[in-house]
Amino acid sequence: MIGLLQPALHILALNVPFQPPAASSIAGGIDRLYLVLSGITAFFTVLIFSIIFVFMVKYRRRKPDEVPVATHTPLIVELTWTIIPSLICAVLFVWAAALYVQNGRPPASSTEIFVIGKQWMWHLQHPEGPREINELHVPVGVPVKLTMTSQDVIHDFYIPAFRVKKDVLPGRFTSLWFRATQTGTYHLFCAQYCGTNHSEMIGWVYVMSAGDYANWLAGGERSESLAQLGERLFSQYGCDNCHLEEGNGRAPSLVGLYGKPQRLENGETRVVDETLIEQAILNPNSIRLPSYQPVMPTYQGQIDQDQMLELIAYVKSLSSEERKGQGQ
Amino acid sequence: MSTAIRDLDDAAAEPAVNYLNASYGIKSWLLTFDHKRIGLLYLATITVMFVVGGVAATLMRMHLVEPQGALFEPETYNKMFSTHGIIMVFFFLVPSIPATLGNFLIPLMIGARDVAFPKLNLLSWYIFVTGCAFALYGTISGGVDTGWTFYPPYSSLYAQTHVVAVALGIFIAGFSSILTGLNFIVTIHKMRAPGMTWFRLPLFIWALYATSLIFVLGTPVIAITLFLLALERLLHVGIFDPAVGGDPLLFQHLFWFYSHPAVYIMILPGMGVISELITAFSRKKIFGYSFVAFSSLSIAVISFIVWGHHMFVTGQAIYAGLVFSVLSFLVAIPSAVKVFNWTATLYRGSISYEAPMLYALGFIGLFTIGGLTGLFLASLATDVHLNGTYFIVAHFHYIMVGGAVMAYLGGIHFWWPKISGRLYPDMWARISAAIIFIGFNLTFFPQFMLGYLGMPRRYAVYPAEFQVLNVMSSAGASILGIGYVIPLIYLIWSMRYGPVAGPNPWKAKGLEWTVPSPPPTENFEEIPIVSEDAYEYPAIEEHGYPEAPGVARV
Amino acid sequence: MWIFLATEILFFGGMFTAYIVYRSLHLPAFIQGSHELIVKFGATNTGVLICSSLTMALAIRSAQVGKSKGTIIFWLLLTWLLGAAFIAIKLRYEWYRDYLEGLIPGVSWLAGGTHTPGVKMFMCFYFFMTGLHALHMVVGLGILTVLVIMTARHRFSREYYAPLEISGLYWHFVDIVWIFLFPLLYLIGGRYPGS
Repeated sequence: MIGLLQPALHILALNVPFQPPAASSIAGGIDRLYLVLSGITAFFTVLIFSIIFVFMVKYRRRKPDEVPVATHTPLIVELTWTIIPSLICAVLFVWAAALYVQNGRPPASSTEIFVIGKQWMWHLQHPEGPREINELHVPVGVPVKLTMTSQDVIHDFYIPAFRVKKDVLPGRFTSLWFRATQTGTYHLFCAQYCGTNHSEMIGWVYVMSAGDYANWLAGGERSESLAQLGERLFSQYGCDNCHLEEGNGRAPSLVGLYGKPQRLENGETRVVDETLIEQAILNPNSIRLPSYQPVMPTYQGQIDQDQMLELIAYVKSLSSEERKGQGQ
Repeated sequence: MSTAIRDLDDAAAEPAVNYLNASYGIKSWLLTFDHKRIGLLYLATITVMFVVGGVAATLMRMHLVEPQGALFEPETYNKMFSTHGIIMVFFFLVPSIPATLGNFLIPLMIGARDVAFPKLNLLSWYIFVTGCAFALYGTISGGVDTGWTFYPPYSSLYAQTHVVAVALGIFIAGFSSILTGLNFIVTIHKMRAPGMTWFRLPLFIWALYATSLIFVLGTPVIAITLFLLALERLLHVGIFDPAVGGDPLLFQHLFWFYSHPAVYIMILPGMGVISELITAFSRKKIFGYSFVAFSSLSIAVISFIVWGHHMFVTGQAIYAGLVFSVLSFLVAIPSAVKVFNWTATLYRGSISYEAPMLYALGFIGLFTIGGLTGLFLASLATDVHLNGTYFIVAHFHYIMVGGAVMAYLGGIHFWWPKISGRLYPDMWARISAAIIFIGFNLTFFPQFMLGYLGMPRRYAVYPAEFQVLNVMSSAGASILGIGYVIPLIYLIWSMRYGPVAGPNPWKAKGLEWTVPSPPPTENFEEIPIVSEDAYEYPAIEEHGYPEAPGVARV
Repeated sequence: MWIFLATEILFFGGMFTAYIVYRSLHLPAFIQGSHELIVKFGATNTGVLICSSLTMALAIRSAQVGKSKGTIIFWLLLTWLLGAAFIAIKLRYEWYRDYLEGLIPGVSWLAGGTHTPGVKMFMCFYFFMTGLHALHMVVGLGILTVLVIMTARHRFSREYYAPLEISGLYWHFVDIVWIFLFPLLYLIGGRYPGS
């Protein structure tokens, strides 16, 4: 017991915080659940400790040969302490699962930012063009969706203040979303061991007011949007030789393709997402389409991850909503 | 009573011939088929491995007193935590209670002369030692830096360390587990003494039976997983490399399919020990025998279907997360039932506080905390925030160190008189138990807080604001370390200078206490015939009268 | 032995799981890889192994009904020969040929043409799984040798033939593993015209 009090005293004296800042829309909900879990833990711990302590004193052996009174095991007692914990667990499960499912769905209006994790740094790319390394500037109050992939090993993108975390995998895209509720500067960590400098793969998230964010976006080097860079690559790598817009080339048109289900030659149907696009570029023979010859060359080793994101952004921009938005 | 408890209160003379002095010389030990000697061979081996793993832990905590790291370059620190994890998990915790106490006690507790396959038993030890040799070779020649979880693509394509040697060591040691588990299952099924029905077995046996099921069914999967990883490293074929169509998450599924049941391998035997200690030191029948027995089996079964809770943040389907979360909550229930049953056993008992009991009570407290913090992690929403942080580290150390290691030490102390024929100095033992309890909490409780604050695990350097808690944790670790060293000293001392113990110094029930200490090689002069249940301590039956204070106690 | 076989099921099971996962992810490449294997040898080997299980069962039966040790040894040796034939066919007609055609990843892999990364993955699994199986076969041959010697020394009788039975279980298990391996590796994707 003393072992538990000491840290508590120190913490009160030394001003060590109990929790990280709660700076996102979901943080409050998570903290509430955490508090209840802590309460349940504390309750049962104190309960068991106290009962044991009382029994230890009350039933201590007073004479070497004493014979205790027999006790029996009523089934009702066993069932009670099986059922009550089960009910508590059921409630906790439902609560936590509901939060999890709810927090898992990014709002439709999220700003999408791309993240590439590589040993041992984070590349972040805003769709409007600015790129950051180990830093992420976001506006307060606006939902932001991070679409992430790794260039090498498994990493994990973790912002404690927002209570969000997701593994970042090679060959695949994962995503998380958040809506910051407080301006400020918050830690960003890699939370999946990834080699020598795993603990240096950290950075900062800057949450700014809408005005400051707009200034930040506008300032610095003016660079093209991801989609525009992607369009350039699309031509540079000869993709537009076969993927004609009208669809009468050797390859299907990519207009309006993103987000739609696509039937493959082997009968399975897959939705055209970031992962499928990347797979098609790097390993085209693994995605055969009915009524098209498998003549697409592979770009494995020729396109790095940054360029891949630009191409993907371009393909996404060819979907109908984006086209309307860009006034094409 | 047919189990003929010889109530020798005076320190009876040590039997002239027992399993320790029946034959002399190193060959008689290295070629023994006696399960008791094999248990001691394992004891020596895993103590060495514990020291190696413990040194790694000490160095880690010393390094972490400063935010920029006090001792090592990150590369070395990474090797430290990997070595600590690998050695402690695979070469200490997994074999600890089963291979030492299990080997020594199972035949004695069920009334048999040895295990079902004594030669296989010795082979298991040699296989284990071979596995240790490979792992130590890998460690000494530079170590691995992949973490004990060996996740690819880092471990398959990028790590420049001795992954194959260490993985091979684990692979080999796994066969030792499988053969031991096989041995135990057959022994418990086939070699019980007449009258020793399943429901008269000590709960320690039930716990080891459940553990053996996991040994036998789970270990082959880690074997094949590490085998695939080794082939990947050697032949570069791309099984786990996304660039050629492989899937790193497949490794994680295969890995955790074993490694989650493995953690139950580490705790179930400890729970079995606690059942023995609580009953012996409160001189009472266990509360709810069949519930405790069946809870061991249900934990073993359910442990195989919860592995996905290690992968909630990998981007796996939400549906999968929901299923694994429910099942993970489910596996907590039998453990809770055990804790309540142990506590209830104390009710109206006749309790004494020798060191084994202190370890047992410490176990119950710390396991309760560790188990309840598991609920934070089974809860999907909180796990997102806590995964990969020091919260996880604190959680599993509460269970594995606050739980399993304390149970192991409690068991070693409890059965030490039987194993060595001598008593250890109980005052020193109680002091060590207290030191371990205090040091442990000081070390690991701050880590819960660090985790919630967001400090990730496996960090060689960390932001300065986490320093206070880290220093607290390291201070606790130094105390904990002292607590572990003291028993090493007095236990060895007692082998020579301790008072003679006699067959039953604790006046406990159980067939192992009916034979001399140390037992003769053949265990029993004649195989006993069992006619009473486990833990049949004398008790006064109340006939409906309310208890007047002091009356019922004789 | 049953418990040991349970561990073996999980051991091979891990491999099978990985294979099935990758097959569903890369079906075209796996079909292509499967076409590199020669069905007639696989089928012959299947027949060889099934016969060897028969001869093993006959050996046990001979002991059961108290036939002479000569009879038992006859059946055991026949089992041994069939097992050895399995390995010989594998080595000479399949693996050696794969070696020459550059189909063994890590040893003689010749990339290019039909030898794509996906096919390489398939061949890996092919060699891991059949290699592991062949290793178990070799162990089985060793066990059979020991049994022959034990029989020659009059160790078995109508009353006691447990080692024969237990070894029979092992042998049948290895056979059954092959019966799963053969269709999974050789027969996926179909080999009929028009498929």
